[in-house]
Amino acid sequence: MVTSVTSFGRSGLSDWLLQRITATIMTAYLIFIVAYFGFNDVDYASWKALNAGLPMKMFSLLTVLSIAIHSWIGMWGVLTDYVTVRLMGAKATALRMVFQLGVIAVSLLYVVWAIDVLWGI
Amino acid sequence: MKQNRPVNLDIGTIKLPITSYVSILHRVSGVILFAAVALFLLALDASLASAESFAALKSTLASPVWQFVIWASLSALGYHLVLGLRHLVMDFGVGETLEGGLVSAKIAAVIAVVVIAAIAGWVFAW
Repeated sequence: MVTSVTSFGRSGLSDWLLQRITATIMTAYLIFIVAYFGFNDVDYASWKALNAGLPMKMFSLLTVLSIAIHSWIGMWGVLTDYVTVRLMGAKATALRMVFQLGVIAVSLLYVVWAIDVLWGI
Repeated sequence: MKQNRPVNLDIGTIKLPITSYVSILHRVSGVILFAAVALFLLALDASLASAESFAALKSTLASPVWQFVIWASLSALGYHLVLGLRHLVMDFGVGETLEGGLVSAKIAAVIAVVVIAAIAGWVFAW
């Protein structure tokens, strides 16, 4: 079996399933937020009260974790398709590594940033 | 692995079906969203930091340039979501044939256009 060291779950089937689980979590969050803004006249006090509760913090953090995993997997797919030796020449592998590590770093930064914002309320 | 294997499929010379275009746009919108997350987190931060920053964010987002940026970002999100749901429908075995894929690509594209128009109606009116 061919495995990849830079994919998220080290296996295509694992990445496939995680992509769908994380997509479902993000969709649930989006539906909740759209409904919240649709049914409420949102001001600072109500928005802060909503986000200050632990359940909402956990829901938000779960969503940001999903974003990180989903983009890691998605960007891996894009980069391994286009930043390749066939399309870009010998430097492609090194270039792709830089991009992939960049994607991983930014994904982790998003998570840390979200924790800082959410638990700073 | 041999690095100079012959490639017989030159995608640039082939007329692509609609399924290719919706798939490529799904990827493009995904890459845009990866960057847009930074904007969403900035907005979340500003909206929660204080009443003053909440008000400042509200007035900033009312400027035409930011309205456009938010519309473009949310459009990428709407498109990516609609085309992602198409994948989930296919995962349940619906529309997996060549014909079914073409039909669902058209349906998804139409729904995406409606969603993007609805987002424009919301964002540019605030």
